[in-house]
Amino acid sequence: MSSAIGVPLSRAEANAPAGSGRYYRRFGLLERVMHAVLMFTFIGCALSGLPLLYPDHAWAEALVRLFGGFRGAGLIHRICAAVMIVVFVGHVLRVLYRGLASDSILTILWGPDSMVPQGKDIADIYNHFKWFLGRGPRPQFDRYTYWEKFDYWAVFWGMFIIGGSGLMLWFPIFFSQFLPGWVLNITSLVHGEEALLAVGFIFTIHFFNGHLRPEKFPMDLVIFTGRVSEHELAEERPIERARLVREGRLTTLETTPPSAGSMTFGRIVGGTALTLGIVTILLIFYSLLR
Amino acid sequence: MRPFLVAFLVAMTLPIAGTANAQTAGPNDTCLMCHADLSAKGATGKAIGVDKDKFATSVHGSLGLKCTDCHRDVSAAKLPHEPTLKPVDCAVCHEAPVKEYASTVHGKARAGGNKVAASCANCHGTHDILPSKDAKSRTNHANLESTCAACHGNDAMVKSAHLPGGNIVTKFHDSIHGRNLRDAKAAVSAAAPTCTNCHGAHKIEAKTEKTSRIARANIPETCGGCHQRIKSVYDQGWHGKLRHDGNPAAPICIDCHTAHSIEKTSRPEWQMAVIGQCGGCHDNFITTYRQTFHGQVTELGYANVATCAACHGAHDVLPASNPASRVSAENRVSTCRVCHPTANASFVQFDPHANRHDKVRSPLLYYAGLFMDWLLLGVFAFFGIHTVFWLARSLRVVRERRRGGG
Repeated sequence: MSSAIGVPLSRAEANAPAGSGRYYRRFGLLERVMHAVLMFTFIGCALSGLPLLYPDHAWAEALVRLFGGFRGAGLIHRICAAVMIVVFVGHVLRVLYRGLASDSILTILWGPDSMVPQGKDIADIYNHFKWFLGRGPRPQFDRYTYWEKFDYWAVFWGMFIIGGSGLMLWFPIFFSQFLPGWVLNITSLVHGEEALLAVGFIFTIHFFNGHLRPEKFPMDLVIFTGRVSEHELAEERPIERARLVREGRLTTLETTPPSAGSMTFGRIVGGTALTLGIVTILLIFYSLLR
Repeated sequence: MRPFLVAFLVAMTLPIAGTANAQTAGPNDTCLMCHADLSAKGATGKAIGVDKDKFATSVHGSLGLKCTDCHRDVSAAKLPHEPTLKPVDCAVCHEAPVKEYASTVHGKARAGGNKVAASCANCHGTHDILPSKDAKSRTNHANLESTCAACHGNDAMVKSAHLPGGNIVTKFHDSIHGRNLRDAKAAVSAAAPTCTNCHGAHKIEAKTEKTSRIARANIPETCGGCHQRIKSVYDQGWHGKLRHDGNPAAPICIDCHTAHSIEKTSRPEWQMAVIGQCGGCHDNFITTYRQTFHGQVTELGYANVATCAACHGAHDVLPASNPASRVSAENRVSTCRVCHPTANASFVQFDPHANRHDKVRSPLLYYAGLFMDWLLLGVFAFFGIHTVFWLARSLRVVRERRRGGG
């Protein structure tokens, strides 16, 4: 027996036949809401901020006009940024709380449920490339893959770099009490470059890894419905599944299939975000090439 | 046929006019016997009608001039006169202006065989000449623009006669000067300059003439005729000083304001456009300005952030090394405070012209930029390859699965 993508299934998978129709909870409501808020505030910041990086292009002028002018764009940018910072801080506090509430704080720092990169991730990158080139089997992933961890830490890094520099640019006089004014030259450069990195990464690499690659195309609804099918779990994260079976937790995570309404909602929300992101990327490419 | 008819009519009516109306006869009645008919055509087919009422109220008519005072080659002793008369020589009475005219652009062009170059009549009219003070006069302050526009605002004429500067009256019409000329308030329209205020009237000299009011060397004085205060500020500023020192590249009024399309400087459109004018000479500073928030916002079309003049001043622009400069170390805080009211000495260490590619001027920015470049390159290179490989592999898997039927 082999999975749909041609990779032999593990023993654990074989025990529960794929396509059994069971669903398991992968993301809680709070995580999904946080992702959605992050998504739209990120797009809001991108669309209201990017025109400043391409001010000599007609699309940039049109976009700013859409926001009601440069002041309107600035206001939207700041509102989105502030909401994003709140979500980020909320997330950090929640992770800390979870770590403190559990038996050992180590669970958030190490192990399969931690976002911290581990030896297996390095091995997975190597083996994934080998599989890309047809020189080995597809690596078996656990709850979080290395590219998901990269996305996660990229947001962390971005929050500090873009968020920090953004706050300095938002309150330049306040920060100039502690820092010389030329720091603002650097923060304004870094804010823009890091924004390009974030926008370029999310709207191409993250979109591909998470949604657009052939196995997921056009999108993976798990972040909107929170539910993953038995088949998908077995295929995408066999190690996690085996671990959950071993620990007897798989049944506790079993849930109802996503409702048609929640899937439609996910498609609309996700589709909107994908479209806006791809349009943004096309505009950037167009501007870089011109 | 026609010349004979005209001659016959003149001959027939002469004695009647001479006797019947002797009491109220004007000096020009004889001429008007033929020329009063506005549709009358001369021997050459040219319209020869003269509106006697218009002539009567014209400056010459009201002075009681006779037709023959201007048309001196016509005499009562020999009528009908020759079919073509000599051009009227205005210099008989108006010696000085005609002399000025003859020695400058229009007169020289005429003398050189240019048939369309403006003559006295083209600007002043012929039998209907009114004193310039008269609101209806072609040469009245309010009407001069349209008088000059007959040629200099006429695209066909501009093209066929190769008029210098192109359609300049159209540009002028929309300029602050042109708009003020049409202002409803008499004080504004009367003070607004029209063509002749800068170019002169009879003595219109090409800008290549040393004595021309619009020669590069004389323009600040011409503009300064009205803008005296600005002229004296300009003279003390760096641009004025360069000019005074004989630097041919020194900017003068028209370099920033243009000659005919002069805009009101409070208009945001102008404030943004003038950045390009500054950049015409200070190109490296425009490049660095465009890398800052100020430059990006103005490029997007919003003028509510600092433009060149907002920091450097306009006519009083001085190098930063000059303590009197708005951007000198001494004055920087107060200059920044115009927009950033709580700016302090630390804040003004921000470099509004930092250059991320200039290791000497902005070393930390240079290395920060280098770091960001490599970071972006590294991330996109790694994940670019990762994505392409993955896509290729996944597509192959999908194909194989389809071929294998599951």
